[in-house]
Amino acid sequence: MKDNNQDGPPRTTPIQSATFSNPINAEIRRAAATGIYDIRGGGAKRKLPHFDDLLFLGASMSRYPLEGYREKCDTSVTLGTRFAKNPIHLDIPVTIAGMSFGALSGPAKEALGRGATLAGTSTTTGDGGMTQEERGHSNKLVYQYLPSRYGMNPNDLRKADAIEVVVGQGAKPGGGGMLLGQKISDRVAEMRNLPKGIDQRSACRHPDWTGPDDLEIKILELREITGWKVPIYIKVGGARPYFDTTLAVKAGADVVVLDGMQGGTAATQDVFIEHVGQPILACIREAVRALQDLDMHREVQLIVSGGVRTGADVAKCMALGADAVAIGTAALIALGDNDPRWEDEYQKLGTTAGAYDDWHEGQDPAGITTQDPELMARFDPIEGGRRLNNYLKVMTLEAQTIARACGKNHLHNLEPEDLCALTMEAAAMAKIPLAGTDWYPGKPGTSY
Amino acid sequence: MQTFDLEAEGLRALNETLHAQADNTNQTKWEIVNPRGSHAIAVGLDAPIEVNVKGSTGYYCAGMNQQATVNVHGSAGPGVAENMMSGTVVIEGDASQYAGATGHGGTLVIKGNASSRCGISMKGIDIVVHGNIGHMSAFMAQSGNLVVCGDAGDALGDSIYEARLFVRGSVKSLGADCIEKEMRPEHLEILTELLERGDCDAKPEEFKRYGSARTLYNFNIDNAY
Repeated sequence: MKDNNQDGPPRTTPIQSATFSNPINAEIRRAAATGIYDIRGGGAKRKLPHFDDLLFLGASMSRYPLEGYREKCDTSVTLGTRFAKNPIHLDIPVTIAGMSFGALSGPAKEALGRGATLAGTSTTTGDGGMTQEERGHSNKLVYQYLPSRYGMNPNDLRKADAIEVVVGQGAKPGGGGMLLGQKISDRVAEMRNLPKGIDQRSACRHPDWTGPDDLEIKILELREITGWKVPIYIKVGGARPYFDTTLAVKAGADVVVLDGMQGGTAATQDVFIEHVGQPILACIREAVRALQDLDMHREVQLIVSGGVRTGADVAKCMALGADAVAIGTAALIALGDNDPRWEDEYQKLGTTAGAYDDWHEGQDPAGITTQDPELMARFDPIEGGRRLNNYLKVMTLEAQTIARACGKNHLHNLEPEDLCALTMEAAAMAKIPLAGTDWYPGKPGTSY
Repeated sequence: MQTFDLEAEGLRALNETLHAQADNTNQTKWEIVNPRGSHAIAVGLDAPIEVNVKGSTGYYCAGMNQQATVNVHGSAGPGVAENMMSGTVVIEGDASQYAGATGHGGTLVIKGNASSRCGISMKGIDIVVHGNIGHMSAFMAQSGNLVVCGDAGDALGDSIYEARLFVRGSVKSLGADCIEKEMRPEHLEILTELLERGDCDAKPEEFKRYGSARTLYNFNIDNAY
């Protein structure tokens, strides 16, 4: 493009390449200078088709709404009804996802337990084992069974209210974890049977089983050790949701946990987070289809996660067929992570509130993703628990508001017919008709 | 001696019965007949009892064992004594993959051979193998001791942390960051005790020691494989 220049001949206006954008160029320069890929926490930051691309239709001539905040709209959910003697009963369908002690401080784990217990829901351990802070303050605690088996022991296994066998997670399906040496305090090192200060690698695959046939036997072992009392979840990343869900059911899961690529991690390669896996919107209906094909929908419960932020998101997950959701990143923000009150310190770390994701470095100004005693002291677990409870209550009230508007007296009565999609992508992924039409790409019996 | 017919009474009844044994139980000796390769036999035990399995077992026999002594008078399937915390497990025959995986403590003795990934991710367990072990054994082994009286397969000790590996025979290849190390007097002392505990008459002086070069302990791109 030529431009008129009053002081000389016409000149070309500088054009920034869409392909070689400033952030891409900066990353090339960083890679060239350091020779190492970028490691960070959190989930995918790229813009993805998401729950914001769906809308509820609400009541109309053919739907009868329920009255505001007065008429009953149940939010309870029971998880683990297939085989466990003691299924988990939750007051709300929003659970706290697995986050490790090590990645998070002890007081942060305590706050998650306090907030979840007040709200009537469960928390989940994470890599690194079970801490007293979390067990002591969580009325319902799910114990993760991970490839690393850090801190795994039968006594803690029997203290759990459920066991979650982690096959993968949304931020890095097929990848292991990292906990860099900066966060390996004496206590973390002792729980993981490793020297203090070294980088700890969490394995990408389980050490003693390969494939769903082996997993079925592994689950038999876990049930025998725990007397068939507690539910066993299988957690998978959003990779091949139809087949992964089918195989999880075949392996004997009571509950399938499905985590999309927006789901966070404590630390892994940025290239992994942004380029492997599928957004949760594309996964839910496929997982539900697998359960329906096996006649297991609602018999094996489905928990979905990866970018759940609001009660509207919760309601949309329910409408797509999930039984419950899990939140991780949102729970940390409720506790105070990335709060603008620490902006000066985020600036010193070369970032800004809302963008801070170097959780693995252990310098979290909010004192949540750290093992530094001085930083940890900034965080009050009682106040954190109160804030988390408030947030969970608001999410639940929002979801109920939408469900009542759709005429539903339980969140689980929401259905795909209550939704429309704003974009072709969301319509195709969620199998929800594009707004103003009765059609979505790939709808059986149609062509496009 | 209590005798339990697994074929007649079933796995759930077996484990429930063994779990019911308290620290001060009088029923300290158990014999399990007709195991017929069943999975998850005698898992999650936590009492000072002796369990003799008269035959071969399937997956995860004696998994997560605490305090108990479990003797398998046959061969063991994958994951025998996985995540063991304490006690003793003895396999008279061979052991399949992942023997002693992630074990935190106790002693696992395999009088025959062990297959691949023996001692994978071990976290304090002591393993004595009278015969050979397969490939990728002691992968990411964190602590404890692995004694091999025969040969070791490919990629021994890949990504090893602080576990000690003692091999009398040949090692087909070493894994990433695993190196041969000097056998000092304190190691001979440890090995002597392990061989005695493992009911093995091999001479400690015939073994070589392997362990971590520690180049992967803090991430350095120049050390990546």
